[in-house]
Amino acid sequence: MATQEIKKQSPKVYIDRPDHLSGGHRLCAGCGAPVILRQVLMGAGDSPVVISNATGCVEVSTTIYPYTAWKDSYIHSAFENAAATISGVEAALISLKKQGKVTEDFKLLSVAGDGGSYDIGLQAISGALERYHDIVILCYDNGAYMNTGFQRSAATPKGAWTTTSPVGKVRPGKNQQRKNLTEIAIAHNIPYVAQASPHNFRDLIYKAEKAFAAKGPAFLNVLSPCPRGWRSKESDSIQLAEAMVKSNYWPLFEVENGVYKINYDPKKRKGAVADWMKQQGRFRHLFTPENEWIVEETQEMTDYQWERLKAMEEATARFGTQEAAEAQEPAE
Amino acid sequence: MTHKDKTTKEMKWDISGIKNWGPGDHELGSIIPEAGNARYYHTGGWRTEFPIRDEETCTQCLFCYFFCPDSSVLAENQKVTDFDYDHCKGCGICAKECPADAITMHPESELAERVKK
Amino acid sequence: MAQTEVKTLAITGNGAVSLAMKQVDPDVVAAYPITPQTDVVQNFSQYVANGDVKAEFVTVESEHSAMSACIGSAGAGARTMTATSSAGYALMVEVCFVAASMRLPIIMTTVNRALSGPINIHCDHSDSMLGRDSGWLQIYNEDGQEAYDATVMSFPIAEHKDVRLPLMNMYDGFIISGAIGPLKPLSAEQVQQFIGQAPDYPKLLDAKNPVTMGPFDGLHGWYFEQKIAQNIAMENALDVIQDTYDRFYELTGRRYEHLMKYRMDDAEIVVVVANSAAGTARAVVDKLRNEGIKAGLIKLRTFRPFPVKLYAEALADVKVVGVMDRADSFGAPGGPLYMEVLTSLYQEGQCAKAVNFIYGLGGRDVFPQNIEDVYRRLDAIAKGEDAPRERIYVNAKGM
Repeated sequence: MATQEIKKQSPKVYIDRPDHLSGGHRLCAGCGAPVILRQVLMGAGDSPVVISNATGCVEVSTTIYPYTAWKDSYIHSAFENAAATISGVEAALISLKKQGKVTEDFKLLSVAGDGGSYDIGLQAISGALERYHDIVILCYDNGAYMNTGFQRSAATPKGAWTTTSPVGKVRPGKNQQRKNLTEIAIAHNIPYVAQASPHNFRDLIYKAEKAFAAKGPAFLNVLSPCPRGWRSKESDSIQLAEAMVKSNYWPLFEVENGVYKINYDPKKRKGAVADWMKQQGRFRHLFTPENEWIVEETQEMTDYQWERLKAMEEATARFGTQEAAEAQEPAE
Repeated sequence: MTHKDKTTKEMKWDISGIKNWGPGDHELGSIIPEAGNARYYHTGGWRTEFPIRDEETCTQCLFCYFFCPDSSVLAENQKVTDFDYDHCKGCGICAKECPADAITMHPESELAERVKK
Repeated sequence: MAQTEVKTLAITGNGAVSLAMKQVDPDVVAAYPITPQTDVVQNFSQYVANGDVKAEFVTVESEHSAMSACIGSAGAGARTMTATSSAGYALMVEVCFVAASMRLPIIMTTVNRALSGPINIHCDHSDSMLGRDSGWLQIYNEDGQEAYDATVMSFPIAEHKDVRLPLMNMYDGFIISGAIGPLKPLSAEQVQQFIGQAPDYPKLLDAKNPVTMGPFDGLHGWYFEQKIAQNIAMENALDVIQDTYDRFYELTGRRYEHLMKYRMDDAEIVVVVANSAAGTARAVVDKLRNEGIKAGLIKLRTFRPFPVKLYAEALADVKVVGVMDRADSFGAPGGPLYMEVLTSLYQEGQCAKAVNFIYGLGGRDVFPQNIEDVYRRLDAIAKGEDAPRERIYVNAKGM
């Protein structure tokens, strides 16, 4: 199906799709990652999937030997190489299909957290996107190395407490603003890039479906609440994701053949970054007279990024012709 | 809340004696040959609170199905029917996100009695 | 038996190996270019560009991704090859351990080159010796013909049900990789017939039987047993390798063994050496034999698994053995090969005198005179001179 024909469906349509993940995995109660995985894999529909997974929370919790929560084929080899591993699976799929040794169609998904995507796995992701494999690369971004006990990553928000950006007498948590990985993916000129959140499941499933349908590589960056690392209540995970989206800190948008589209504009319902920061213990130290500037600065940065995103949507609206998309595709 | 003895009998890959498996007993390369067999591992024991859904208040918006981290909201014919208490960890997301307030959380100690009813 | 009228080609070591890869025509090659392996990747790219091979070629952005893609490909059920050298091998070592533990029969050519630093592009064996504990089968080759033959023989060995381990073939950078030598190739049909179809094993691309590969073993703990299983496979490989060598002899008349003995029948002083220096050593042995000195040579082929018993047997009646290592293990009793040979002797209760010679690091030349000096030293020790315990550096400056 051409990606343009894919529309958001009602929950009744999506609930009929198979659940590709079983219960009995050992991710923390209230973790956002399995919610994301279930929704993303609903985007694959009935198709069998091969999942390549980086070392991390999802990996260690879903495949505790001798149990696996994956109903599809799954491979994990190391932390930094999920995208390279799925590249090899794709090459094998092409080769074996050509020879008639494999007859089924498979969707190919690479899964890594922000550590395995923004940091140690960035090179492998960039290489895979440039080589134009027909794969989907998913980042579940919980904003730190949660699996090993909350160390900072390039996705950690400024001012956040982590165990390697601790709060001390002279430092108020992480010093730097986060990296914009979604924009880095966009710069690879691939057919489809999207940012999403599990609280808007129709939007995420729709984006995953588009990503799987795209001819070539697609990248999904999805906000993944982490009660343990965010120091938040287990039951608040989905509500927190929604609050972060409503503050425009994590805008929902997609870029199809270079054309930006904002999928959700909170307008009058717009919230402030302080709304969700106050609910997360990792930002508790920021609500003091000496540290409040970090909250203000994050708000300014967020507003600036949002304005820039809107400008990109306006500026790119006239591009994205079929010819431009085809020119980007590799030769046979 | 674990029913391991009952469910392990359905396993395609018999791991009942795995505690004592030697080098030659495993699949080569530690492959797990049965997809989704984590369902035989019960995480229900993690709960301190369990969810209950009020059938009459429920509008069947299905949000709880899509938000459950543990695939523990059961559905049939496009309708939510029950919870899978073998795997539900009691995070409470379903109750928090329910727009109709049809789901409520209750102390785990009351579960046995409530499920009987 | 030996084939009729095989045309002999004049071809570089890298040319010979890329020809073997073309004739094998695996399902997938994922590789990254590095000196001195570069021609292998370039040649294979040309085969792909010419439509001479069916293989999917993944032009990865690093060696780490090369091995990772190989893991994905082999895990998916495809016959998979790669090639590397030196720093590139070092970069992929993390995932080489993973490939072995996942029991994926990936075939890799490793053109031996020194590890940095200082950065040096020339031959020594420090790269492949870095991976001696990675769980890969390791075969060392003297020249282009051996490397070609070894590439063809790799598949029945690595894919054998009792082995199922990845395999790496070594030959010396520049000395062999870039130098033109004679090659008697097989026909593509002979190669295909010899390697046969890859056996079926659980794979990712089986929608009816999905599998999980590379699970987490941190809680219940069967890591230990999985490691023991890897060692059992290594032990099984000894027979499988020799059987494959024997089958290859039937086809080509070229005889291979785990260790290749030269004038060993009544030898009293013996050198053990790997790869291209063996050719020089044979000429030296001939010269010494003409003088009446009972010199012999053992050329190492199979390093993993290490054929302990065969070394002990071959050295049973030898007075002094000199082990020549083209890699060092800093702070260890000696180079890696020396330690393995010593252990083999000890395990069989033998106590021939043994001396370690470190040579050729970073491509330092090893001339016939250097090897003759080695034998003269062994001869002196055989006649009563003390055997030094410390390493002897061959052709090092200012020593």
